[in-house]
Amino acid sequence: MSERAEIVIVGAGPAGIRAAQTLVAAGLRPIVLDENVRWGGQIYRQPPAGAGFTRTKQALYGFEAAKADAVHTTMAALLPQVDYRPETLVWACDPKHLHTMHGGRETPVAFSHLIIASGATDRVLPLPGWTLPGVYTLGGAQVALKSQGCAIGERVVFAGTGPLLYLVAYQYAKAGANVVAVLDTSAFAAQAKATPRLLNQPATFAKGVYYVGWLRSRGVRIEHGVTLEGIEGTAGVRAIRWQRGGREHSLECSAVGLGFGLRPETQLADLAGCRFVFDDLNRCWLPERDAAGRSSQAGIYLAGDGAGIAGADAAELAGRRAALALLEDLGIAAPVVPDAPDAPAIERKLASNRRFREGIEQAFALPENPAARWPDEMLVCRCEEVDARTLRECVRHDGVTEINRLKALTRVGMGRCQGRMCGEAACHLLAEASGQTFAQVGRLRAQAPIKPIPIAPMLFDENVAAIPEEARDE
Amino acid sequence: MSETLHYDVVVAGGGLVGASAARALAERGLRVALFERRYCGAQASGVNYGGVRCQGRPEEQLPLAMRARKIWDRLPELIGIDGEFVRSGHLRLARRESDLEPLDAWSAMASGYGLATTVYRGAEFRQRFPWLGDGAVGGSLCLSDGHANPRLVSPAFARAARALGADVHERTPITAMAHDGVRFQLTAQPDEGATLQVSCDWLLNTSGAWANHIAGTFGERVPMHAIYPNMWVTEPLPRFIGHNLGVYGGGVYARQVERGNCVIGGGRGTGDGEYAQPSADTTRAVMREACALLPALRNALLIRTWSGVEGETPDNNPIIGMSRTTPRLVHAFGFSGGGFLLAPGVGDVLADLVTQGETATPIDAFAVDRFAQVSAEV
Repeated sequence: MSERAEIVIVGAGPAGIRAAQTLVAAGLRPIVLDENVRWGGQIYRQPPAGAGFTRTKQALYGFEAAKADAVHTTMAALLPQVDYRPETLVWACDPKHLHTMHGGRETPVAFSHLIIASGATDRVLPLPGWTLPGVYTLGGAQVALKSQGCAIGERVVFAGTGPLLYLVAYQYAKAGANVVAVLDTSAFAAQAKATPRLLNQPATFAKGVYYVGWLRSRGVRIEHGVTLEGIEGTAGVRAIRWQRGGREHSLECSAVGLGFGLRPETQLADLAGCRFVFDDLNRCWLPERDAAGRSSQAGIYLAGDGAGIAGADAAELAGRRAALALLEDLGIAAPVVPDAPDAPAIERKLASNRRFREGIEQAFALPENPAARWPDEMLVCRCEEVDARTLRECVRHDGVTEINRLKALTRVGMGRCQGRMCGEAACHLLAEASGQTFAQVGRLRAQAPIKPIPIAPMLFDENVAAIPEEARDE
Repeated sequence: MSETLHYDVVVAGGGLVGASAARALAERGLRVALFERRYCGAQASGVNYGGVRCQGRPEEQLPLAMRARKIWDRLPELIGIDGEFVRSGHLRLARRESDLEPLDAWSAMASGYGLATTVYRGAEFRQRFPWLGDGAVGGSLCLSDGHANPRLVSPAFARAARALGADVHERTPITAMAHDGVRFQLTAQPDEGATLQVSCDWLLNTSGAWANHIAGTFGERVPMHAIYPNMWVTEPLPRFIGHNLGVYGGGVYARQVERGNCVIGGGRGTGDGEYAQPSADTTRAVMREACALLPALRNALLIRTWSGVEGETPDNNPIIGMSRTTPRLVHAFGFSGGGFLLAPGVGDVLADLVTQGETATPIDAFAVDRFAQVSAEV
């Protein structure tokens, strides 16, 4: 604990990198902690260095190549001026300390100010067969392609909803994978209706239209307004079943990429004591923040998708805005960064982006009351093997109305993933079974570690204090 | 204003002590209401380590512990579930040769209360417990001890109380209380719904770490402070921890559940009296001691840490018994981290006190006024 208190940025995606750039421009030297091997985050994930991958940024990032390159180049130039610690998992947060795991060592990192740019993961909704080998999240499927240069299967179906559905399908098909269908649970009519809002960002909208057109022109089957019924198979994926317009459909495939939009990774903000509010747009609980990114905790700032899904462009802006807020709180004048907007301009752009996000949510709405279709025998929590029947019986038997109580009584969300994958489904099921809204059932409280950590590295730190005598219980 | 509801007994606090008292009283035919400001069995009763252990307790707790222990064998009959209670045995480890002598002495003392234990040492110990590391040189095995799942057991006692006719009110704090010379007059305010006016002949103070709110209202605060025991659990591992484990002199306790997860406690988290947080520093300190005893833990993944709010008294004994200031007020709190095994027995003792005015189980050592001198000095 001898380390000097520092400014720490968690996450080296678009938000974290722009935050670091802004702080460095003001003469500060932040610590940048990132779980990945290389900077760029999920969206601008770089292939492993030295692994012999030769794909160009154009091939990896398509339309976003220039932005990806700008973010990568910015961070590369910052390296001498920041304390960059890749492959570092932040697993816990005490007041003024992060606990990190890096290179087989557990290290506490003191902070005076903290910018949380923790990003997002896939929003997972289960369906029968979702735990079969060969079922991946959309994000996982994308990582396989970007980072490993491989596809998730030989005949791939992408199912769910959200802009990522079409992007990943496009990236797969473009890379030469056999994409046999895209099954979108939201209706085409909803997407058409959302067009005016989506035109808030005409270029982004145009890209979405382009992906769909490109896929169709290559003969990829695209179905809108489907109800996913289940994934078939025993040792692996054999087929996917869905319903549309009252008719049953089935299609043979060997892998399914599944996703329903993104879910902010809010555990660190939770452990840091930030206050949460339910956000109707994201349809989840989010750490409270002001327009500049200040959380409810003094000295803790939030930026990027980890504080609410807004996309990579908004993440860059929010990262810079949060850093400006931090500088302002330290009484340091805003630095001049060439071509970077000032604080009021950023806030205007972020507000406009929110209107675009409303369009996205309208176009790719989550399935209505998804839990109503989940059969009793379907696993909801795969780590602890808790099925829908167990949860429903608990609600019926014990009158449970709150998600942490359901967790205590059934173990749902108590396993390795700590509810990061199944928490959303458990909340939907509880809401349905108890006749409440999704917001009313509450949110799973985060518990350290944010992700499972190996015990052996915890033993090496020479700074481990002894257990005090009065705390030695039997 | 709604009319006043009258009960024979009001139980203030829906932890395991309160819920088991409510269950026992309802079973004996009394009209009982239980008020819990949050959820039953969701505080220390629901998040504790889960040890069901007579071994290692101070002598004055043994009669109560033995009475309580019998109840654990009857959980399915009493609360409808087994609560994952496993009669695993409890092994109390010695870290050094000099710790074996007190283990022998304790074993001899406990046999006087009908509790059988066997102390192992040397080659026999090593041969019998090959899964233990060099951190232990011997240990005392109490085969009748075990462990259970507090998340399930404690709420189930409240459910059983309700099934026997007790009115169990969750998310309903008692906001005002007084004794009018004849009976108690209480006000309870549900999180949702109308205020309740309640009167009762008996009031049981089973509010755990918060019990001084009630004790203080009736002029007998005790010197209790909040502690935050620190707990963690690994991913499921192949079964290797044969018994519920403790250590002479304290520091670490460990058990492995049916699914294979290892639940390990020791040291303190942090808290503000109202909420508790685990401490990463404590977790690491306990890991170091735990791995010296259980080398196989080194290769495991930690998946969760937690803590809870518990009341600790200066002598680590609970407060159980009649108020010295107020007729028909009965206290049972301050279990100082050792209440999980005792609680069902305490519920029966409280039911004795209410229905018979006395109990056959010795509880004099737990009198509420035993700290009077201490308080006066402070």
